[in-house]
Amino acid sequence: MTEIEPASSRSPAPVSDRRVALVDLLDRVLAGGVVIVGDVRLSVADVDLVHISLRTLITSVSALDPLTDERDRP
Amino acid sequence: MGEQHVVWLYAVTRRLDVARFPATTGVAREPVRIVEAADLMAVVGSVGAGEFGEDALRRNLEDLAWLEATARAHDAVVDIVNHFGPTVPLRLATVYHDDDSVRASLVAHRGEFDTALRRVTGRTEWGVKGYADPDSIANHSVEEQVGDVGEGTAYLLRRRARLSALQAAESEAAAKAHRIHEALSRIAVVAKRQPVPHAELLHKRAKIVLNGTYLVDNERADEFADTVRTLDDQHPGIELDLTGPWPPYSFAGVDQMSP
Repeated sequence: MTEIEPASSRSPAPVSDRRVALVDLLDRVLAGGVVIVGDVRLSVADVDLVHISLRTLITSVSALDPLTDERDRP
Repeated sequence: MGEQHVVWLYAVTRRLDVARFPATTGVAREPVRIVEAADLMAVVGSVGAGEFGEDALRRNLEDLAWLEATARAHDAVVDIVNHFGPTVPLRLATVYHDDDSVRASLVAHRGEFDTALRRVTGRTEWGVKGYADPDSIANHSVEEQVGDVGEGTAYLLRRRARLSALQAAESEAAAKAHRIHEALSRIAVVAKRQPVPHAELLHKRAKIVLNGTYLVDNERADEFADTVRTLDDQHPGIELDLTGPWPPYSFAGVDQMSP
């Protein structure tokens, strides 16, 4: 096991400046990504169920996420 | 020791330059660390079982505010790792009891991770959504179709004309979306059309006709973005929205990896 230590002089994280709409994000982290079953057996199907039940809940998503409302276009 | 911990997986990568990797915190604001096995590196964090154990997780995933915070924190870690080299993102809520189980999983899935890492090397995921407003397209063509008839008949004709104009506009928008996806697929290495999220999700009256995601060679990223702009111009009535760069969530081999 290797701890990730801070880089010597606090170099800023090379994080891209992407502004992510929640809808696009959930689409990817809940429906994409590699699926391996961990010890905690929340099965893929469960997460899919969460995803589906979310869609009924979802009107409140846009309220949480102003980015989806006023997406800047270049 | 206080609270019990479980191990949350963010991503799997290889030969991460640990010395250059910035101090990073994860979904529980825990320091992110590396577990190695099978020539692979799993980027993980130890998180409290009280919040991220099985029962808690099931409950918390239904809490939209919790889900949003967790999804953003998970994605932030995956994004940083992705800047350091080929990365396979794990789906949200992949949790192990301890590091030994993580190592065992890396060993068990080494072939699949190898394949996935090779697939995404030198490539980036981009999203393109297409919005159409068939309603406004349809309204233009209605009046001229209603001739000199009685008021009731005119109403019915107008109603029928509006409906058929709407249908025509919708199928035209769908055909445009298809052509746009085809054009983008020719630049991408792999392309997928995802299910369309509900329109209410977006506070937009426009209808989503395309929810595409594309794995693109990095050398062709500019060409891809230019093509999106050109297609946007060439298809009045369809507004294209490019998102990314994304870690390769949609192309990391979800379909291939067995439990």
